Amino acid sequence: MSKSRRNFILNIAAIIVLFIILFLFNSYGTNYQIRILNNIAVFITLAVSYNLVNGICGILHLGPNAFITIGAYTSALLTMSAAEKQMTYIIQPLVWPLSVLHTPFVLSLIAGGVMATIFALLISFPVFRVRGDYLAIVTLGFGEVIRVLANALQSITNGPLGLKGLVPYTNLWWSWGVAVVTIIMVQKLINGSYGRAMKSIREDEIAARAMGIDPFKHLLLAFLISAFFSGVAGGLLAHLITTISPTLFTFFLTFNLLIIIVVGGLGSTTGAIIGAALFAWGGEALRVVERPLDLGFLKIPGVPGMRMVIFSIILMLVIIFARRGIMGRNEFSWDWLLTKLRLGERG
Amino acid sequence: MSGTILLQQLINGISLGSLYGLVAIGYTMVYGILRLINFAHGDLLMFAAYTAIYLVGIFTLPWYISFPLAMLITGSMGMLLDRCAYRPLRNAPRISLLISAIGASFLLENLAIVFIGGIPKGFPRPQTFDQVISIMGVRVQVLTLYTPVITVMLLLGLLYIIYRTKVGKAMRAASKDFEATRLMGINLDRIIAITFFLGSFLAAAGGIMWAMKYPQVNPFMGVFPGLKAFIAAVLGGIGNIVGAVLGGFLLGLGEILIVAFVPELSQYKDAFAFVILILVLLFRPTGIMGEPIIDKT
Repeated sequence: MSKSRRNFILNIAAIIVLFIILFLFNSYGTNYQIRILNNIAVFITLAVSYNLVNGICGILHLGPNAFITIGAYTSALLTMSAAEKQMTYIIQPLVWPLSVLHTPFVLSLIAGGVMATIFALLISFPVFRVRGDYLAIVTLGFGEVIRVLANALQSITNGPLGLKGLVPYTNLWWSWGVAVVTIIMVQKLINGSYGRAMKSIREDEIAARAMGIDPFKHLLLAFLISAFFSGVAGGLLAHLITTISPTLFTFFLTFNLLIIIVVGGLGSTTGAIIGAALFAWGGEALRVVERPLDLGFLKIPGVPGMRMVIFSIILMLVIIFARRGIMGRNEFSWDWLLTKLRLGERG
Repeated sequence: MSGTILLQQLINGISLGSLYGLVAIGYTMVYGILRLINFAHGDLLMFAAYTAIYLVGIFTLPWYISFPLAMLITGSMGMLLDRCAYRPLRNAPRISLLISAIGASFLLENLAIVFIGGIPKGFPRPQTFDQVISIMGVRVQVLTLYTPVITVMLLLGLLYIIYRTKVGKAMRAASKDFEATRLMGINLDRIIAITFFLGSFLAAAGGIMWAMKYPQVNPFMGVFPGLKAFIAAVLGGIGNIVGAVLGGFLLGLGEILIVAFVPELSQYKDAFAFVILILVLLFRPTGIMGEPIIDKT
């Protein structure tokens, strides 16, 4: 059979295996394990969409927390019932029509993604006028502006009080389902002609323009798609944590995503997935350094904040000594796996 | 509003602006030579404030010794930052440098949390700076008046170094053409280290004066002033030192006056600086004192 058919069948088989594993965890796993798996899935979605802009297009975009914020708040506002909104907005009542809108979960996720995309479209004009460092600072600025707005517009977002008591709609099926859809769509984009154009813009923008590629159109496309999936992931995150407030969406979140894609390999979707999984799991596992450690003969007192120091050091070590990260720009491919298992053709 | 309140806000604005300007100088000098936005620069502010606290508290040195000493130590910290985080990446693509800068910034902040704790500490304000005097009916702290004066003095000192010494000439050459400077036999690494030292020294001065003005010191105190100082540098024309100070004054004055005239916008004070940045990048990316870049394409 041809390679593409073989790959297609293998992909379907892998997805089925994934869902069987999820079913097993859902039925027999502990709450702690399920929470970590949900975290991993949400971070995979975020990382894969962030990698589309930073890794494939080569522009340093420091404002994904803006899209996540917008997606989270939109989705939360749409799933809360009117009664809950009245209870939560104690300082300033929620503005109409948001106070009466109520939609099912899936619609709220899509709405979150759409709102984030609209915002991305609005800011794309100033953002893509510049490149390089300035683009980084401008996107950082927009991220901060959205956070400040979320804090200040009490009649829309309930300000610093945040939104509480969201229904935990996010379960393993939703989070991993969205993650799988994101990976499929982003990979299709990357492997198609749009993706090739984006990579050419990353390598040499002037040569790309000489080849007739319009940088703005392609960067905008990547930006909007990334914003959409970030918004959806924001909605998932909101309904996973069930409480959101502006302090959740600071530059810190962007920094975590940056660590994920750099360590995984800037420019590789597989790298983003691996990075997200390592980060979500490692974040939990490293909690151990923040608690006192009793090795019998040696008592190490727990140091709060050590986790972030370790993450920062890892980021700097990777960027200085192993710039390519874990995967570099390579992707996982069935060819590679089958060759490793000596089941495929060699050479 | 009355004249006295306006005068008070003007004085506040100039004072805040000079602090932004001091920190902006460091950004602009590093960018001029390395084309790198040193995200960790704002955290050097925090480093200086904590160093001053410890010098005064643990070594019980009087302020006129411990403050300059803290500035020297912060200058060395800046050189260490360059040596560890930026020098290994001299030939790497720009995105790596930016990521390294972000990582260094977070590392400094979290190291401060680990070693010092996140609880804000009080900054020891010396008696000399504590007095309040009255000018034309406005009561101001002497610190608010000393700040612009000290800033201008430091700026003049820096300009002397840059325009009248050989080291300064080398720095100017490096900012014009990196590779050619090497060809002239100048040890570029040393020049860059000196640039970082000077920039960090000035940022330390800004940090100490900031901590005297807002005596609550916490590990994240440098983040916003650092970002705003960068915006001030862009506003004034990045790479231009006088422009950085000018941009600092404009930004500081603008921030204070906006809140003074439209008090409802005080929550958006921080966003104001970013709006300025976006406007500058849209309409005059090279800033006020920069030369317009000819688009070669």
